[in-house]
Amino acid sequence: MTNPLNLFDRPNSYIGKTVPRPDARRLLEGRGRFVDDIQLPRMGHAAFLRSPHAHARIVSIDVAAARAHPGVIAVFTGAEMAQHVEPYVGVLTHLAGLRSAPQHPIAVDIARWQGEPVAMVIADSRATAEDAAELIEVEYDELPAACDAETALDPGTPVIHPAFGNNLAWERTVDVGDVDAAFARDDVTVVERTMRFGRHTGVTLEPRAAVAEFDPSEDRLTFHYSGQAPHMMQFIFAKHLGLPEENVRVVAEDVGGSFGIKIHTYGDEVATAAAAKVLRRPVKFVADRAESFMTDIHARDHVVEGRMAVTADGGIAALAFDDLTGIGPFSMYPRTSAIEANQVLNLTGAPYVVPNYRATARVVFQNKNMMCQYRAVGHPIAMAICDGLLEDAAAAIGMDPVAIRRRNLMRDDGYPCASASGMKLADLSHHKAMDRLVELMDYDRLRAENAALRAQGIHRGIGFCSMVEVTNPSPMFYGVGGAPIASQDGATLRLDAGGGLQVASSVTEQGQGTNAILAQIAAGVFGVPIERVRVKTGDTETVPYGGGTWASRGAGIGGEAMLQAALALKSQVLDVAAVILQARPDDLDIRDGSVTDANGTPRMTLSDLARTVYYRGNELPSDLTPELIATRHYRVTDFPFVFTNGAMAAHVEVDPDTGFVRVLDFWAVEDCGRVINPQLVDEQIRGGVVQGIGGALYEECLYSPEGQLLNTTMADYLVPMAGEMPDIHVAHVETPTRTSVLGAKGAGEAGTGGAPAAVMNAVNDALRPLGTSIWQMPMTPERILKALGRV
Amino acid sequence: MKAPDFRYERPASLSEALALLAEEDATPIAGGQSLMPMMNFRMAAPALLVDLNGLADLAGITAADGWLTIGAMTRYAALEGSAQVMEGVPLMARALPHIAHPAIRTRGTLGGSLALADPAAEMPAVLLALGGEVVVEGPGGPRTIAADDWATGLYETARAPGELVTAIRVPLAAPGQRFGFHELARRHGDYALAGVCIAATGDAVRVAFFAISDRPVRAPGAEAALATGDIDAAVAALADLPIDGDLHAGPDTKRHLAGVALRRAWAEATS
Repeated sequence: MTNPLNLFDRPNSYIGKTVPRPDARRLLEGRGRFVDDIQLPRMGHAAFLRSPHAHARIVSIDVAAARAHPGVIAVFTGAEMAQHVEPYVGVLTHLAGLRSAPQHPIAVDIARWQGEPVAMVIADSRATAEDAAELIEVEYDELPAACDAETALDPGTPVIHPAFGNNLAWERTVDVGDVDAAFARDDVTVVERTMRFGRHTGVTLEPRAAVAEFDPSEDRLTFHYSGQAPHMMQFIFAKHLGLPEENVRVVAEDVGGSFGIKIHTYGDEVATAAAAKVLRRPVKFVADRAESFMTDIHARDHVVEGRMAVTADGGIAALAFDDLTGIGPFSMYPRTSAIEANQVLNLTGAPYVVPNYRATARVVFQNKNMMCQYRAVGHPIAMAICDGLLEDAAAAIGMDPVAIRRRNLMRDDGYPCASASGMKLADLSHHKAMDRLVELMDYDRLRAENAALRAQGIHRGIGFCSMVEVTNPSPMFYGVGGAPIASQDGATLRLDAGGGLQVASSVTEQGQGTNAILAQIAAGVFGVPIERVRVKTGDTETVPYGGGTWASRGAGIGGEAMLQAALALKSQVLDVAAVILQARPDDLDIRDGSVTDANGTPRMTLSDLARTVYYRGNELPSDLTPELIATRHYRVTDFPFVFTNGAMAAHVEVDPDTGFVRVLDFWAVEDCGRVINPQLVDEQIRGGVVQGIGGALYEECLYSPEGQLLNTTMADYLVPMAGEMPDIHVAHVETPTRTSVLGAKGAGEAGTGGAPAAVMNAVNDALRPLGTSIWQMPMTPERILKALGRV
Repeated sequence: MKAPDFRYERPASLSEALALLAEEDATPIAGGQSLMPMMNFRMAAPALLVDLNGLADLAGITAADGWLTIGAMTRYAALEGSAQVMEGVPLMARALPHIAHPAIRTRGTLGGSLALADPAAEMPAVLLALGGEVVVEGPGGPRTIAADDWATGLYETARAPGELVTAIRVPLAAPGQRFGFHELARRHGDYALAGVCIAATGDAVRVAFFAISDRPVRAPGAEAALATGDIDAAVAALADLPIDGDLHAGPDTKRHLAGVALRRAWAEATS
């Protein structure tokens, strides 16, 4: 066994170095292979007629004119599609009490949100399919809708699933210590706020897309999709279309962004697969932008009543809140729509010592698009609750926001330990990160500058967030509750005759650079130039079995599997080399594509070795059985999750006349353990921060009271644009996780999880001297003007 | 979203274009920056699309008699690159960079903007503040419509069916004339939450707001107040202005922001 300490400073290690992404040139030259690039013989194009109502009974549906339209291949109503697809229910056993109703890919009898598929048309082009969809006549009996989460449980509100008696999907309470006694103490200051977090969505550059092929001669479905969990989808198609799992191949080649929205079971995609099976010909479905806004899962949509009690010296005495979240008419399958609320309960206050903690989450059904896991699931809410109340409390007792954090953050030398909600924490560095942040942003100078500018009528604010991020989940996240979602991942390395490596991994690439870091690990640990590594991901037929990339698990879990497989292959190769070179394996190494002696002098190239094994086995002893391929799997044990931590700060300027907020600068100090590729990690942080700023200031799915989505274009749904984004300064503390040799934790979601709280705190720092504060995201000009009493 | 099927013609002359536009459900297309998305959303479904991009005579800028005549097919990018516009029509020059993004300005045309009459667009308001004119031509020959009479409602103009916008005329800036422009947009290139153009000559002040109503609107009360230099009274006079809210700001917010924009534009005009 190679000493793990040497893995990272070997002469040809790529771990810890910025290496250009091997796929960058291909993508920049327009040679990406996205789903919509796939053209197959006899392929039909699908379009969906979608419900224009939030809640309506389908009285009748007449598809005769659509079927007769020239170029139409087939039309399916919900009832017709239901004959081919077993319905699905989005519940998991570890979320005790969670309930949801059976779901069909296309609505049968009742449509429960605006945008739910009502009929599917397959034609020789998408345009023809849309023409024919317009010819379908549906008679709807509009039903009263339950759109507002805040009234979903009121007695007078229509019940979406009558069998349940009310619109409650799930409820959970965490109660630790004696919260009531702590709030009743006469030596504490209590702050109390109602916080609102608007619905927003992922807005991927490439929309959801699918091409399904079915070969009846083999009873075999091949499903090309833009997604992040091929093996999960393999199970789902097999189960719900009635196919053996091994007969379902799911392929996700290049994916143009995902952010969690492409990890769920969407009716239109299931219908696409089913239609290909029924029609015995390929079917393509590519969501357009309006469909994406209407049907890609939404996220957030929380109302939180929060309270915090602090002592005179700033110690947190108690934290309590009630969280209400609306998830649409169903819990999404198979991950469920209760995870975000569960995360809020689990994560709120986790960076701090919180002796008394009580939190209740209620998850309710409503007649809107479904809500589910999107980048940084629950984190922006959890961080905003605690850090928002903490800075509010700091202001109330006249304490500096950095000082109050230093007073309450968990000690860097106190791990392992547990959060108030019982999360196991290890290897975190909140104080180190905060120290580095304060230094990076030159905090005292910035404070003084803001004070001087305030005197000139310029209203700037600084806000912080100390945060944790859930990464590298163990089976305790999904598998324990019965979800068909692998928590372990595998990697295979094969030394080819030319001396290069073919490697395959079950984690996926959706634009963030997974394939690049897999190549870095394989090349560096095994010992070849990175150019000699070809990486394959995203194909259930050719990669090991695994979960895919989500919950910031690609590097930490997929990377460790790759490292272990590379060590295994190296050991196997050196065993062969030792025989050929008449040496001891321990006296040999592999560097830059050659077997070397211990001091790096080349003895034979890997190509020579592989050609000997593959072509001239006669030269080898007959009892030697060379294996130039190795596979290893890895899962996190002992911890349910591997937490990371970070400290972030935003510097903003609020224009009190317009309510406009300009983010001037943003700083993020992140501890994701071992950094494999600094540039990729930094850009992950930056991209995450931008999405966090989007949630804090711009992005919101706006519904009418009747449940009509009002903004379905990029002109009306405001994503953060480069022109308005600040410089985002990133720095790292590296505390490797003890759970793996690689030591890498996840880094993909921290920015999105922490930035909203930091921006909200900064806006409130700017607003407080004006006598107000704001607790609703996105913090739009209108909301800020209203908070200021200007409107 | 894919557009429904349509017939496409690319005439080589104005007379040919006008003949085609006389057909039922014919729609002219210039830069296509608004029409193409509307067709793909199936909000517009013309039977015949008449492409004006072959009409070279409709593009170009000429100055005569104190006026600049700008061909309808002149692209925003060409206006931005025109010394005649930059020097002769400073208000237009000031507004141009606020129109969407460079890619859209490369393709979009001045005539297209006037013909569409989007209530949040900058150019119709610029024309209104300057007291410009729109030249249209139809089967009955050309006619000129004053900017004050141009927009008649939401996406509605004084252009009659079968008529085509052929040119936009703006008066060249007079010596001593002052201009102010301000728009409040959350992201660069967005339609504004509120915007205003001011053209002041001596004590004659024209104020045109955009993005606050169903069309660009003048504010007579504010104009009268500004004629005496009283910006506070001008802002107060906005209380009488009919204002519509939109997805991102209600009427009260828009009225407030219109006042803020007016103050800032006036400060620019008087600086």
